[in-house]
Amino acid sequence: MLEIKNLHVELEEEGKQILKGVDLTVEAGKVHAIMGPNGSGKSTLSYVLSGRDGYSVTDGSATLLGEDILEMEPEERAAAGLFLAFQYPVEIPGVGNMTFLRTALNAQRKLRGEDEVSAADFLKLVREKAKTLKIDAEMLKRPVNVGFSGGEKKRNEILQMAMLEPKMCILDETDSGLDVDAMKLVSDGVNALRDAGRGFLVITHYQRLLDHIKPDVVHIMSDGRIIKTGGPELALEVEQNGYADLLAEAV
Amino acid sequence: MALAQARIDLTETRIAAYDLPEGATWANEARHTALTRLRAMGLPTARDEYWKYTNPAELTAPAAPEAALFDMSKDRAVFADIDRLKIVFVDGVFDPNQSDDLHLEGLEIARLSEVMKTDIHWAMELYGHLETHGQDPVARPLAALNTGFATDGVVIRATGQVSKPVSLIYLHSSETSDAVLHHVIRVEEGAEMTLLEQGPAAARFNKVTEVDLAPTARFHHIRAQGRDHARRAVTHSFVRVAEEAQYKSFTLTCNGVLTRNEHVIDIVGDNAVAHVAGAALGDGKRAEFHHDDTVFVTHRGEACESRQVFKKVLRNGASGVFQGKILVTPSAQKTDGYQISQALLLDEDSTFLAKPELEIYADDVKCSHGSTTGAIDEEALFYLRSRGVDHASATDLLVLAFIAEAIDEIEDELLRADIAAQLELWLARRRD
Ligand SMILES: Nc1ncnc2c1ncn2[C@@H]1O[C@H](COP(=O)(O)OP(=O)(O)O)[C@@H](O)[C@H]1O
Ligand SMILES: [Mg+2]
Repeated sequence: MLEIKNLHVELEEEGKQILKGVDLTVEAGKVHAIMGPNGSGKSTLSYVLSGRDGYSVTDGSATLLGEDILEMEPEERAAAGLFLAFQYPVEIPGVGNMTFLRTALNAQRKLRGEDEVSAADFLKLVREKAKTLKIDAEMLKRPVNVGFSGGEKKRNEILQMAMLEPKMCILDETDSGLDVDAMKLVSDGVNALRDAGRGFLVITHYQRLLDHIKPDVVHIMSDGRIIKTGGPELALEVEQNGYADLLAEAV
Repeated sequence: MALAQARIDLTETRIAAYDLPEGATWANEARHTALTRLRAMGLPTARDEYWKYTNPAELTAPAAPEAALFDMSKDRAVFADIDRLKIVFVDGVFDPNQSDDLHLEGLEIARLSEVMKTDIHWAMELYGHLETHGQDPVARPLAALNTGFATDGVVIRATGQVSKPVSLIYLHSSETSDAVLHHVIRVEEGAEMTLLEQGPAAARFNKVTEVDLAPTARFHHIRAQGRDHARRAVTHSFVRVAEEAQYKSFTLTCNGVLTRNEHVIDIVGDNAVAHVAGAALGDGKRAEFHHDDTVFVTHRGEACESRQVFKKVLRNGASGVFQGKILVTPSAQKTDGYQISQALLLDEDSTFLAKPELEIYADDVKCSHGSTTGAIDEEALFYLRSRGVDHASATDLLVLAFIAEAIDEIEDELLRADIAAQLELWLARRRD
């Protein structure tokens, strides 16, 4: 599904190297987790994959279903099936959440050469998905993320994911800022999307999200590299001992 | 103070270029006193403080600069689905064939050219009078020029609830047309009406509208200044608002080499309301774009509310100007004045100049003003694109969001939706 090879990335302006050779393959139907201390490059990886400005790839490659995504515009990557649930979802005053969702859904369909969804079908779909995430009609009417609490923003990200049905979902610290109830809602939302044709890359700083979204593979990232890969037990190890031992081990 | 010879020459050349229409005694007098006013002021030049940001040369030149015609046949016309009384002017000339009969319940409506031939008419108390009043403290010579030479216009008196809007449609069919129209509107006590205006009008258009609102009268004005690239226009609205009356005006401008829209509003009664809003979208790629909103609101009554909401979206070297003033006289206690002018610059070639002013002589007032210039929010743009919305559509969404506050000033839901839909179409067309 997603294949990252020897990915080297610098900040365009400062020329500072952030990713120093990342190798990672997420297979369809699998959930991979990336854990690691703050500043290790997890968000950078998610941004580079989704096409944000400001980074230059100096070496390596990333493909989605065999297609080179690094050359694509962000919207083309989305149409190809990539989705990033942002660590910090952006507030867009003046753009209604519903307008945004419908525009996004139809834009992707158009890029893929599919028909637009009718207003009625869209409404039905969004109501149904919003309900399971406990997103009420009022929240759907408000401008995108404006005045949303931290938890509401994250739920809104999952709603977008559920509506757009991407093939490859990257979740960047979707657990941060969530209380226990919200964590459950978000995890249920993600788990409902798990299927044989879809891959997940779940970035988190803490183990607790992984109690709800059970990963198949866990990677530890430090200083721009994957320093260790293992099964779910690796996450427990981090939970008990912190990162210090793993980091020392890697040196 | 004597005028400089250059200004006298400029003014005389322009006056000599026009024929003075003949009419009833009062009308001839109104025209002659207007020319006397004009000669005392002289036409504006780029050196005048009030014209510092907008060069008036093309507006004062003896002949209209040539304006290529623009094919609008593929465009959906603004207000197409709105039930309205249509009055059509082609290059400033009334077209009876395309216009509806001038009859509407709750309204008296006539052409200015007819009214000015009648010996006695209520409009003689207003024609040129609100304009004259609006010449102080800032001179507006192009409005005096208009009062002198206006060839036609509409004269409307609303006496009750008017069932549908009066819609002025200004078509442009000659590359050298130089149109001068003047409208006089009086809304009586308790009456309410809506005036729609649309279209480029002419290669060069000079328009004055005088609006007199009796106590508790309500007047709504919605205007779309068309998509023609090459036209030039100067418009003035002189408005007198009596107690508990409401004046609300919105203008959408897309394209136009040169547009100067002046609003001069005098709130004379207590508890009155005056809102003026505008959205201008300029792209300097095919032709130059310069848009100037100049507003002067004077508060004389107590506890009145005024709002000025102006938004501009500029790209490819387009330029925008806002000069807005709120003057609160000593009698205007409890004034609530609000003024915002904002520009969204889509590239670094475009410019926005704003001169917001407050002048307050009463002590118990609430007035705020703000002006901002900004670029598109890159974070928001990336967020939209990451969801599959292409760059141009994402930009349009953010542009529409930026303008929303001005469009929201349109009270009527149908008209608001019409303007919003038109704007979306125009934005989409621009990408073809
Ligand atoms: N736009 C930026 N400007 C400057 N430094 C940045 C920028 N983005 C990331 N960094 C730096 O890159 C490193 C990795 O950051 P990030 O990818 O956000 O880490 P993580 O998500 O793992 O906490 C950090 O040292 C951070 O300070
Ligand atoms: Mg991060």
